[in-house]
Amino acid sequence: MTSRFQMLAGSIALAGALALSTASPAARATLNVVATTEDMASIVREIGGDRVSVEPIARGYQDPHFVEPKPSYIIRMHNADLLVVVGRELEAAWLPPLITQSRNGKIRPGSPGYLDASLDAVITDIPTGQITRAMGDVHPQGNPHYWLSPSNGRRIAKSIQNKLTELGSADAAYFETRYADFDRRLSEGEKRWKNAMASYKGLKIVTYHRSWTNFANEFGLDVVGYVEPKPGIPPSPAHTLMLIQEMKRLAIRIILVEPYFDLKTPNAIARDTGATVIVMPPSVGGVREVRNYVELFDYNVNLLVSAIKKTGAR
Amino acid sequence: MATANWRSRMVRAIACGSIALALPWVSAAQPPGAAAERSEAQALREELDRLRREFESVRDAYGTRLTALEAKLSALEPGPPGAAQPPPALPAEAAVPAGASGAGGPAGQLPVYGGTTALSKIFNPDIAVIGNFLGAVGENDVNPAPVFDMNEVEATFQAVVDPYARADFFLAFSPEGVEIEEGYLTFLSLPGGLLAKVGKFKQQFGKVNTLHPHQLSWVDSPIVIGNLLGGEEGLNDAGVSVSRLILNPWMFLEATGEVYRGSSGLFESHDRGDVSWLGRLRGYRDLTESTNVDFGTSLVWGRNDVGPDFATRVVGFDATLRYRPLRRAIYRRFMARSELFWSRREQEEGAVSAFGMYASSDYQFARRWFAGVRYDWSERAHDASLVDKGPSVLLTFWPSEFSQIRGQYRRVRYAEGVTANEALFQFLFSIGAHGAHIF
Repeated sequence: MTSRFQMLAGSIALAGALALSTASPAARATLNVVATTEDMASIVREIGGDRVSVEPIARGYQDPHFVEPKPSYIIRMHNADLLVVVGRELEAAWLPPLITQSRNGKIRPGSPGYLDASLDAVITDIPTGQITRAMGDVHPQGNPHYWLSPSNGRRIAKSIQNKLTELGSADAAYFETRYADFDRRLSEGEKRWKNAMASYKGLKIVTYHRSWTNFANEFGLDVVGYVEPKPGIPPSPAHTLMLIQEMKRLAIRIILVEPYFDLKTPNAIARDTGATVIVMPPSVGGVREVRNYVELFDYNVNLLVSAIKKTGAR
Repeated sequence: MATANWRSRMVRAIACGSIALALPWVSAAQPPGAAAERSEAQALREELDRLRREFESVRDAYGTRLTALEAKLSALEPGPPGAAQPPPALPAEAAVPAGASGAGGPAGQLPVYGGTTALSKIFNPDIAVIGNFLGAVGENDVNPAPVFDMNEVEATFQAVVDPYARADFFLAFSPEGVEIEEGYLTFLSLPGGLLAKVGKFKQQFGKVNTLHPHQLSWVDSPIVIGNLLGGEEGLNDAGVSVSRLILNPWMFLEATGEVYRGSSGLFESHDRGDVSWLGRLRGYRDLTESTNVDFGTSLVWGRNDVGPDFATRVVGFDATLRYRPLRRAIYRRFMARSELFWSRREQEEGAVSAFGMYASSDYQFARRWFAGVRYDWSERAHDASLVDKGPSVLLTFWPSEFSQIRGQYRRVRYAEGVTANEALFQFLFSIGAHGAHIF
């Protein structure tokens, strides 16, 4: 109880300090950045270093489709110089009223302080033909979980570098250096992750939501089914039965579940099929150990490899 | 457009190539100088047919492969969202019908209207239609509702007007006719951190008054809204609203000032100068990442229907406590809310002070299930000795975010001395691109 009180007191003091620091002009102009998710915030931090102060909105362990547009976010956005969004309608259900209420013309779509990080990324699952809501929560502009491939991480970083350079041109060289460093660490990481996953190419898995398309493409996994019958639609008995049969037929050993979904159905499927449920964070901050974008892949690849070894999945 | 041209050129080239290859073969196959035998002609025709089929299948195969390649190309190319979609298949312009450009007809090309992918449609507003179907069984002699009622169909149109403003329209179609439920312009780029609205809209008085029927957690609206805010529709009028954030280190604080024409259910304007005024102060604070409190006080004043010298004033206080754990945000949430209203209405025989309130709570206990309770207690604005009161219990099922099925048991003890026991039902359903709601 006391620790909670201390935390509360601490956060109040911090909020006060922040408010004071924003009230008085800082010694060196830092860019105030708000990012809709912790992944975007992490990449902004990688590029912006100490020349930016960045705050995320959605937490890594929170479903980014369903965020409550709390007024406390309005205050964060009111003073922002830059808003970085995941885009592809991931935030469509909660971000637009926050932008309007922030009363901040700098960060509205179309203004220089609004960056849709998806514009240069490789987007999968763009539906073609007729789209209806009978298909569930389908994203007409493609899969919004595109940050889950390191190559897209690099593209996002480049967009952020360009945007930060545009807004704070005095620090252009600094952002350039930071990008080069991030790019190098990401490339090293990619080698490491791909090596670790190399012997499991074509491994068939099942995931809860369609979050892992980019990740699977990057590391040669084959997602053959989803616990959700359709994106955003909760599991149904008929679909679950069908999935169990399919998993038995294909001898699937691994079910990936995002930390914000209920484990009841995945566990039941696992009991029936002998598969293992892995709660795998799709975002930075999804678990305590994942503090930045590179660690997200380190953690997930380790988790996956040890699960594959344990279950003998093929 | 360029890719489409390139593609049709490719298809044409393949076609010409195949015909060029096929022709010498066909002529070589003809027996020189021989009388045209029927069987040979037949064979030739069959051969031609086979070639045609082959050519068609080759063309189709190339067509599909080209489409796939184009899709890949556009996915690789960076561009604005939507750039990945194939370019409009329709020509931007059509040929002028013969003779049209003659006597005074338009010269040159005519634009094509009604193309399904016409670029102008990109600027269409987000359109949604929300149906609110109600049912009621049981007894109510004071305020009876029909057994089935397509109570309201709400059509919404929302879009950005220009770099400076956005517009929102909510048209309500009900058995009584069509009504502008709301229609307003919001100015986005005002100096001094101001947000201004002009038009007709729900007045920022408390919480429930600002919500549309489909946003409520109940089938009906609380009794106090009907008794003290001038009818179930609440305060809704044409006017101007200006609000501003009051930045401070402790909480979110917002002050709103509004001025209205002065003719809603509660007020009546006898003269152009008889406007009604509203002031509101709203505070919000996160207690933890999952729990927060939201509270506000509102005041509204205007002339009433008794005469130009008689005014009504209502003061409101509202408080909401919300709990929604972030890791389980789609499965669990709790909200407790109460609003208190004090009305002072000037009448011939003197001023009547009346009080009313409701208290409610909602609990989401599964991904698609919500349970709720509400208690109403309200005096009537014109006679404070008349009190309506009673409890409600509710159960709501959400097949998806776009539809809700709700049942409510309501027991109201009316001031007339009658008690109404009713079961109310509601089907809410929404199609189209409905804009996100304000918290």
